[in-house]
Amino acid sequence: MIKSKVDEEDYWHSSKFKAFTFDDEDDELSRLKESRQAVNNIRRLVEEDDDEDDVERISWSGEPVGSISWSVKETAASSQRADREPAFPKISTDTPSISRSQSGYSLSSLFKGKPKVGNFQTFSDALTDSSVRLYAPELRKPKSEYKDYVSDWSPEETVQRLQQGKAVSLERFRTLQDKLLLLDHAIAAHDGNVITAVLIYLKRTLCKEVLFRELESRQTALRHFIHYLSETQNQRLLLELHRALGRAEDAALLQYKEHLSITDENKRRDFLKNCLSLPFSAEDLAHVQDHYTLLERQIIIEVTDRQAERGGKVEIFQKFPRKALILNMPLITTLYYCCFYHYAEPEGTFSSPLNIRQTFKISEKQYFVTALAARAKLKAWLDVDALFASRNWLGFTRKKSPLSFQRVVDILQKNSAPTHVLQDYVALVDDGELRLTLAQKHKCHDIVISVRSADAVQTYRDMKDRQLLLGYRGKVVRGSAEERKIDDLLSNPQIRWKN
Amino acid sequence: MAHSARRDSPELPDFSILKRLARDQLIYLLEQLPGKKDLFIEADLMSPLDRIANVSTLKQHEVDKLYKVEHKPVISTSDQLCFLIRPRIQTVKWICDVVNTDKVPGKSRRYKIIFTPQKFYACEAVLEEQGIFGDVSIDEWPFYLLPLDDDIISMELPEFFQDNFLAGDQRWVRTAGSALHLLYSLYGPFSKVYGIGRCSKMAYESWREQVEEGEQKARQAEIGNVFLIDRDVDFVTPLCSQVVYEGLVDDIFRIKCGCVEFGPDVTASDKSVKVMLNSHDKVFSEIRNEHFSNVFGFLSQKARNLQTAYDKRRGMDIKQMKTFVSEELKGLKQEHRLLSLHIGASESIMKKKTKQDFQELLKTEHLLLEGFEIRECISYIEEHINRQVSMIESLRLLCLLSITENGLLPKDYRSLKAQYLQSYGVDHLLTFSNLRQLGLLVEQQPGETLTVMESKVGKLVNDKTAGKLTDAFSSLAKKSNFRALSRKLNLVPKTDEEYDLRVPRDMAYIFSGAYIPLSCKLIEQVLERDGWTGLEEVTRLLNGHEFAVTGSSGVDSRGKNDTQRIILVMFLGGCTYSEISALRFLGREKGYKFIVVTTAITNSSRLLEALLDNHV
Repeated sequence: MIKSKVDEEDYWHSSKFKAFTFDDEDDELSRLKESRQAVNNIRRLVEEDDDEDDVERISWSGEPVGSISWSVKETAASSQRADREPAFPKISTDTPSISRSQSGYSLSSLFKGKPKVGNFQTFSDALTDSSVRLYAPELRKPKSEYKDYVSDWSPEETVQRLQQGKAVSLERFRTLQDKLLLLDHAIAAHDGNVITAVLIYLKRTLCKEVLFRELESRQTALRHFIHYLSETQNQRLLLELHRALGRAEDAALLQYKEHLSITDENKRRDFLKNCLSLPFSAEDLAHVQDHYTLLERQIIIEVTDRQAERGGKVEIFQKFPRKALILNMPLITTLYYCCFYHYAEPEGTFSSPLNIRQTFKISEKQYFVTALAARAKLKAWLDVDALFASRNWLGFTRKKSPLSFQRVVDILQKNSAPTHVLQDYVALVDDGELRLTLAQKHKCHDIVISVRSADAVQTYRDMKDRQLLLGYRGKVVRGSAEERKIDDLLSNPQIRWKN
Repeated sequence: MAHSARRDSPELPDFSILKRLARDQLIYLLEQLPGKKDLFIEADLMSPLDRIANVSTLKQHEVDKLYKVEHKPVISTSDQLCFLIRPRIQTVKWICDVVNTDKVPGKSRRYKIIFTPQKFYACEAVLEEQGIFGDVSIDEWPFYLLPLDDDIISMELPEFFQDNFLAGDQRWVRTAGSALHLLYSLYGPFSKVYGIGRCSKMAYESWREQVEEGEQKARQAEIGNVFLIDRDVDFVTPLCSQVVYEGLVDDIFRIKCGCVEFGPDVTASDKSVKVMLNSHDKVFSEIRNEHFSNVFGFLSQKARNLQTAYDKRRGMDIKQMKTFVSEELKGLKQEHRLLSLHIGASESIMKKKTKQDFQELLKTEHLLLEGFEIRECISYIEEHINRQVSMIESLRLLCLLSITENGLLPKDYRSLKAQYLQSYGVDHLLTFSNLRQLGLLVEQQPGETLTVMESKVGKLVNDKTAGKLTDAFSSLAKKSNFRALSRKLNLVPKTDEEYDLRVPRDMAYIFSGAYIPLSCKLIEQVLERDGWTGLEEVTRLLNGHEFAVTGSSGVDSRGKNDTQRIILVMFLGGCTYSEISALRFLGREKGYKFIVVTTAITNSSRLLEALLDNHV
């Protein structure tokens, strides 16, 4: 199963140049280079021999994609096909049919290409062809079928050889028609590696206007090309491609993405500002605008706060030193930061939470959640309380929240709110059963014992469950208000206990 | 844990040959560069390499020092450098830098690149462009398949997913075909091949061509039928929270190449421990496929048994004690160790899951699968986002919402996207663009949009190419049709019945009885019907690309022998442990043995992380 045996290695081992190329001292560098050049020249000759050898030795077999060179294939394959049917049938794939190019191949085949691409592909063949010998002896074909030396491979054969990692020169595909035919055959073969190989060749030999135009109608090839360009980080060409094909939004996003590699915050901000002129969709443009505004503001806040922190005059920065820079943080993190360090600031300042809420049109619920978490973290319970009250102050004393009270309790509890704070909110949970569960979980005895609201449901008392209440008595602090309450209840003759 | 298993399940083929083969191939390649050499290994190849060879194997073949490819300047002093890498352009560029840096002071070394599982022309083009083609020798190590367990084989190619489905790059199609061909030549011939998905179809074609190119040896088949499936046929399943033990362990601790690292919270000591999770672990093999709610009971029962076994020592005389120590104690100790690890893991899972209101999360997922109370689900997701709970988790729920609902209402889409960007960063614009491209998170389109777009573009280009465009668009605008599929295939069992998770009645048990994985259901149906007949409506909803073919040489007179019940399922783009558990269950019920071949093991986090685009 070993696929490749390195002929090059063999060559080096047997070569008299070996000593020079690899083991020489530095001062012999120039001589070495000369030798290397000589060797390379020889190698090229050797390869050509190999190549020819290869042509004589190796054939191919397989199904035709279109109708091209069917006859050639038939002769080539008949010797093997005669005695065995293909084990599995070919299934219809969504292959576009390929029309045979009528332009003769003969002209281009005169120009046997041996520049770069050809070179590397022949070279790769030199690396792998020996494996073919080991691998598939059945592929040898009779002498009579030799092609007229190297470059007579049809597009289809070329694709097939590329798929098998064999040597092939693409240089003979010179007319546009030939190039496209080759590309279409590569697409039809569904081998991304080969499609990309052909695209690299086309990129080198076609001007981009023509290449882009042809790619437009070949979506599969287009996607391969885009992927190739992004992998090779050829941003410039990729942008041109998107623009040429009218993919303005893709181009805009791609350009926007570049900001990630800019580390200096001021440069990044300026870059984002420039992005605002890119053809984003209206919706995305608003987001990019926000991104720019946010970073701009973060830079200002960062400068001010760093000074305040260093100055040592502002208490909050002394008590809770900042753990990280606010630069490049998401909006909500920034809001949290401002609720934490700049809560009481007037709306006119950049760092005021209210200003941020206003500027970025943060939803009420979102603002509420963030402010709640930040103030709870600081254990500023009065602020927490005010959050619920301020919004419903018209004579109502009831707390209201855009967030379910269960969630509120959860947030408070995660910020280790004390029981007396927690129980206020647990009491506001609508669902009685849930309220009880939460009360038990957070040890809010008052609620468990349920003396607070007349319509309270599902408490021990309401359940007339004396045993549970007794059990609960054991858990409360001796001599506490809770204990007295329980004792009162237990001694209350009005209650008919069920147990 | 006793399942009503059919006892006549056939034996699985021996896949350890694959490891031996890969090792021998690697050794051969290393010998191609005689003498001492330093070996640079691509980071994500280290674990797979560990499974088939060890350091001493490498040392025996004159590997001096081992380095991880880190894209930093090399400090090696060896005069021979060997690079064992995936065919990635960035890695090749780094190697070019290494070689070119050496050239400056005229340092001469020998370089060899071993690409695995194959090389790509694009990589060679980089070598050429950087002027070092010919300075390095190139080889391929066809290490296609790594058996992770008796019935799991992985190609360890996680990038298959994003390359193929997101970028639309078909570079791995032939690789998949070659992997299948390798299995075919070792364990074939196959009788039948079923499949669904564009990539499956192409991989089948590639394999078929390779069969025709190669020799065919008559041999006793060890694998009967093959089922190929694209990951994009079913995105719902990998996006659900896993609740079967093995899947849960993967979701929380991340199993890597069949091995998991349990941290101090699990080991109850100050060090981490790496454990192989496979059928050789006697404790694990009994709980891996179980719903998590059964695992505790099982483990405590097991612990009691172990105690009893230990207790036997009491009252033993010296001779009995000697036998006990020499025969049983080692096994007991081993079991003890494993048991305490899995108990620790379960406890840690419980802790993590209760902390984040797992119950509520699961409830939302189940509602989405059933299609009930969607508004409540949306506000749950919204709250998740508002509170900046895990970025991946929020995205997972959004995608699940979008696929099950066939896209979000434009109003919801905008609002949720805006809130997401506010909570996790505007950079995620790119992530959303990826998700839309893949069809994972989209706006609902009014009915005609597609045809309008087609005709509009059709006019721009000439008629000849319009056909190709239609094809391209149909893949872009792929609708999930989940609701309709779910009805057709009964994926969501009726909720009014109690589901006893200890005695599962169908594959839905892997999701607490709430949902039968679509991928596995398709496999079940096709095997039952011996093809796609009767599933026309289903395949239409899945955007077609289904096939079922019979090999002329495969069907022999032996007919329904054991081999016919050995089914190889190949997931192109990854599969989850939950799906494997479901297939094992199906196998036990119907007397099949499934072998799962996958491009990589995946889960919701891996799947979505591959699509994140908020980094350089």
